[in-house]
Amino acid sequence: MLERKHVLKVSELTKDIKLILETSFGFVWVEGEVSNLRQPSSGHLYFTLKDELSQIKCVLFKNQSQDVNFQLKDGLSLLLFAKLSVYERDGQYQLYVNKIEPKGKGSFQLAYEQLKERLIKEGLFDEAHKKPIPFLPKTIGIITSSTGAVISDMLHILDKRFNNFNVLLYPVKVQGPGAKEDIVEAIEYFNRENNVEVIILARGGGSIEDLWAFNEELVARVVYNSKVPIISAVGHETDYTICDFVADLRAPTPSRAAELVIPNKADLYDKIKDYTWQINRTLRDFIPQYQQRMDDMTSRLSNTLSGILRDKRNLFHTEVSRLNALSPLNTLNRGYSITSILDSGDLLKDAHKVKAGDRIKTKLSQGSIISIVEGDSDEI
Amino acid sequence: MKFEDALKKLETIVNELESGDISLDKAIERYQEGMLVSKKCLELLDKAEKKVEICLKAKDGSVKIKSFKEKDHNKDKNNI
Repeated sequence: MLERKHVLKVSELTKDIKLILETSFGFVWVEGEVSNLRQPSSGHLYFTLKDELSQIKCVLFKNQSQDVNFQLKDGLSLLLFAKLSVYERDGQYQLYVNKIEPKGKGSFQLAYEQLKERLIKEGLFDEAHKKPIPFLPKTIGIITSSTGAVISDMLHILDKRFNNFNVLLYPVKVQGPGAKEDIVEAIEYFNRENNVEVIILARGGGSIEDLWAFNEELVARVVYNSKVPIISAVGHETDYTICDFVADLRAPTPSRAAELVIPNKADLYDKIKDYTWQINRTLRDFIPQYQQRMDDMTSRLSNTLSGILRDKRNLFHTEVSRLNALSPLNTLNRGYSITSILDSGDLLKDAHKVKAGDRIKTKLSQGSIISIVEGDSDEI
Repeated sequence: MKFEDALKKLETIVNELESGDISLDKAIERYQEGMLVSKKCLELLDKAEKKVEICLKAKDGSVKIKSFKEKDHNKDKNNI
């Protein structure tokens, strides 16, 4: 039987345990899977980190959780840097998390993927929302650093393509603290002043951390809500930022953005010249077309006219031969004759119409004779 | 008139003339119009002046627009 020499209160014992744990472990790196994640209104995050065999309670205080750029979720594999200690009220040993990293991939990569997925679901990348880029913008707003190669290259390309362009540069930090606030301010400025017709948001290539400002949700939402169309030109060909997806047009590099935003002036000259030439040519073609139509008409007209004449002539001949058939002259040919009273010209059909001494005209097939009546044949 | 609209108009005139489905009077009218628009297009292309400016933020938060000269800004190369 042990001697009851020194009796400890629970709180004293707990304090001792806490001291031993804190001093013998201090800060540790622990890996495991998140479960039972919850965030009460206090803003602190509570979860359990577990593996196949064991689990341990974890706390992430609000001020530290703000530094975590990705979203904690149940099932996520994490690497924690945490202090082992005891929550004295419950006698519960737990990890007070100081740093947190997703296992397997970088935290930036995970945050990027999570935000991308969330914004896709929300419709921020929808093609239907994208605004057209004006064809020949009067003034181009450029948001980038005022120093370095990016702005210099862009101005150079713009100058080569179109020697009289207008650019309004809004200089911003493109990485590090303050970068996202700068970018948001610049986009809001151009929208408020409405003094540019298109915005190019540009930055040279870099690591995902370097480009992070362009993967911030705040920046993505401001780009989405911009009334001025935005061309995103961040990083190199292969770098895709959240801004690239939300913007109205994505250019693979800042230099390409400068080419996309403005047409080549020489091409425009050529186009106008082509059109002018075409207008000239079509009108030149028009005149002979009309001449040909006139020629066509004239020959058709004369053809029709001669046709009508031919028809009429044929008709005439038919009528004439019909008339011939009816003519009494044909009867005369057969030896008959026609007699009329010479004075009156009346045809003589009745012998009693004449008396002796009257003169009559007898028409024969060939010529006619005039005779004086002696009497009717009954009297002779 | 905006350049883009002028260019579109020119295109429409060309198409209309090329279709051939147009009276001679109308064709001549469109031709004259086309020549005017073509001239206008060239004018518009050359009209704009080159201007490169920069927004500078004053201490009170207001933004002033100044002419931008690259060499003035290339002194400190610490930005990207």
